[in-house]
Amino acid sequence: MKEGKEKNLEKQGAGPENRLVLICFSGDLDKALAAFVIATGAAAMGMDVVMFFTFWGTPLLRDKKKKVGGKDLMGKMFGAMLPKGVSKVKLSQMNMGGMGTAMMKSLMKKKNVASLEDMLALAAEMGVRIFICEMSMDLMGFKREEMIDYPDMIFCGVAKMLEEAQNSKIQFFI
Amino acid sequence: MSADIKVDKVMDLKGMPCPMPVVKVSKGIKEIEVGQVIEAHTTDPGALADFPAWARMSGNEILKTDQDGDVIKFYIKRKA
Repeated sequence: MKEGKEKNLEKQGAGPENRLVLICFSGDLDKALAAFVIATGAAAMGMDVVMFFTFWGTPLLRDKKKKVGGKDLMGKMFGAMLPKGVSKVKLSQMNMGGMGTAMMKSLMKKKNVASLEDMLALAAEMGVRIFICEMSMDLMGFKREEMIDYPDMIFCGVAKMLEEAQNSKIQFFI
Repeated sequence: MSADIKVDKVMDLKGMPCPMPVVKVSKGIKEIEVGQVIEAHTTDPGALADFPAWARMSGNEILKTDQDGDVIKFYIKRKA
């Protein structure tokens, strides 16, 4: 992790042409996979990468092993109904009650396509920066203590994301 | 065919789909010195477009590309 962090600080001095901002709005397996492939690919190209998770993308960063109490009724409902981390998300199409997602996951394994869990670990290792939308957290009743452990993860609002976006030539909304 | 290129590190990336070949090679190149060469083997046909793009962006040089059946071999010199 330390190596990743140092690399990441080094990259933060990069110019706009060497920075990528991804707005991860979707909580679908397929779209999240696309986001992580682009993020890790860009990091491999030597780019400074920021992934801003907002709205349906926020639950991707929940830790399935962590439990928190003290939520109100709506918070409990959202907590129960939304996926708890990258291993629980579904395909945006052909989910077929979970069958499609299970088939896609086994196909990904067969074809050596990295899982979202692997991708998340890889992103951390490569110094991809993760921002989480504080407003989405609050809306869905998520607490910081239930989110994954990720190096230097930042909880922020639109301004922090826009500051990064202004300094990057490429921004994707996924 | 590449007797003229001195290889310092061989990377077997066969069977790995996008984005792993580029991810792995970007890590591998940090493990050799500037001026040294990696020979990377991949079976990802997309790598034919991806490796040159990666090399251009990361400031490294592809000395040679060989194709042996399904296996594509890149000889990459660390320049940056």
